[in-house]
Amino acid sequence: MALDRSDVEQIAHLARIALHGDDITATTDKLAGIMGLIDQLQAVDTSGVEPLAHPLETTQRLRTDAVTEINQRDALQAIAPATEQGLYLVPRVIE
Amino acid sequence: MHEKTLAGLSQALHSKAISSVELTEHYLKRIEQFDGALNSYITVTPELALEQARVADARLAAGDAGPLTGIPLAHKDLFCTQGIRTSCGSKMLDNFIAPYESTVTARLLAAGTVTLGKTNMDEFAMGSSNESSYYGAVRNPWNTEHVPGGSSGGSAAAVAARLCAAATGTDTGGSIRQPAGYTALTGLKPTYGRISRWGMIAYASSLDQAGPMARTAEDCALLLQAMAGFDERDSTSVDEPVPDYSAELNQPLSGLRIGLPKEYFASGLDTATADAIAAAVKQFQTLGAEIKDISLPNAELAIPAYYIIAPAEASSNLSRFDGVRFGYRCENPADLTDLYKRSRAEGFGDEVKRRIMVGAYALSAGYYDAYYLQAQKVRRLIKNDFMAAYEQVDVILCPTSPTPAFRIGEKIDDPVSLYLTDIYTITANLAGVPGIALPAGFAGDLPIGMQLLGPYFSEARLLNVAHQYQQHTDWHTRAPAGI
Repeated sequence: MALDRSDVEQIAHLARIALHGDDITATTDKLAGIMGLIDQLQAVDTSGVEPLAHPLETTQRLRTDAVTEINQRDALQAIAPATEQGLYLVPRVIE
Repeated sequence: MHEKTLAGLSQALHSKAISSVELTEHYLKRIEQFDGALNSYITVTPELALEQARVADARLAAGDAGPLTGIPLAHKDLFCTQGIRTSCGSKMLDNFIAPYESTVTARLLAAGTVTLGKTNMDEFAMGSSNESSYYGAVRNPWNTEHVPGGSSGGSAAAVAARLCAAATGTDTGGSIRQPAGYTALTGLKPTYGRISRWGMIAYASSLDQAGPMARTAEDCALLLQAMAGFDERDSTSVDEPVPDYSAELNQPLSGLRIGLPKEYFASGLDTATADAIAAAVKQFQTLGAEIKDISLPNAELAIPAYYIIAPAEASSNLSRFDGVRFGYRCENPADLTDLYKRSRAEGFGDEVKRRIMVGAYALSAGYYDAYYLQAQKVRRLIKNDFMAAYEQVDVILCPTSPTPAFRIGEKIDDPVSLYLTDIYTITANLAGVPGIALPAGFAGDLPIGMQLLGPYFSEARLLNVAHQYQQHTDWHTRAPAGI
């Protein structure tokens, strides 16, 4: 899968990482190298093989629907960049 | 004092030959003296350490102490340690003071250990050389022109330089075993699910495992005893009973079947490494083990499979770093999208950004089947190879790396060449099987490591085999010059 500049711009957007100018070229080259490594898997015949998501194939444990956590909002928000009345502040989203 | 193993220090503390305060002060002085040249610690916590040491001494005096009480440890900087900066080696978390304690560090604290500080690491655990840290590269105490390995390079360097009694590390693609191999340490990656990942900042959730890094298998057994066990708060934690890891250390090895995977001993293996493994094979034979050739036919697919699965999972795990709730935020964001994009572009280093992007691509519409799903099928093939091998042998023996530690700067401009050094360690993470790395010799002043891999939950057996080897060899007793 050959990666070109517009692919890399799209990927950077999906990953929400700003990427500009010269960086795009350098990144395209490095990513193309990595994709070359990964593309080796395309040649492998995996017909009939079940994917393995979890090494021990355990299933998700369930628990009783009961409250076990305590309210720690102040402690957890103490390290936030910007908060107000318990809310996290970000640049205006809705015009 | 620092020449004693953890087990030796424990005895000295219990017999009151030394106090934990003395021992802690001793390590703190050594860190001040030697760590400038090594850069193994990101954060040192002297006041906390001495406070904990005083509490430990009181417990020792009252006869209310276990084997780890008073032992000074260092923790890899991706374990959340409450009230202490937890940076993951990244600018993104340079200002992150962990608001809670990870299960691993909580268990070690409950066992009475002392926290000397947080160790340097490849950023977000992505790397094999500890050159990608925001806080600078770590140097190998055996030869400071060389890497200590990664991503647990800081923990490895700190233990090898005797700047702590032992340390915690994590292993997603070899990040405990490879640095242990490069620094003459014993490091164990347990079975996936053996140790809780709660509070361990995630890189690849289906591969990450914490483990001990120390100078002997006996020391690792003591640490694993405290670290292992079911944790309700980690949904991937396995509810498997924890055996007494020290109890079987002295089992004789007669009748042990050791497998040598032929794919791992092909051309490209460095001569000194091949010779060291061959010598180890002879040593195991004199101890009564039987050696068999086995095959792991899909071993060479492990690297491409890993470099799809790990980045894919990382792209998901690292999406939480967005400048909103914690961590780095860019200045004057124009809008929400700019906040996300620039916080992440400025907060993450190049390797992390590369892996996030590879992962995003592998999971994106139109590519998921060709990449991620295909990699998961290959993962099944790799697991099957191990299951088949363990029908014929009890443990598998192989090198930790194709060569001893390479020079700083040698591979940093070529990500793929760095990825290829993970060839011996990555299969165990994909299959979820446990592995222990231990010293097997030296090439000049550089350590050579070997690995033993076992079936699921065979940690006691791996520690036993490693311990018996260490009873009859002395590689693990050597110390770097001038430290």
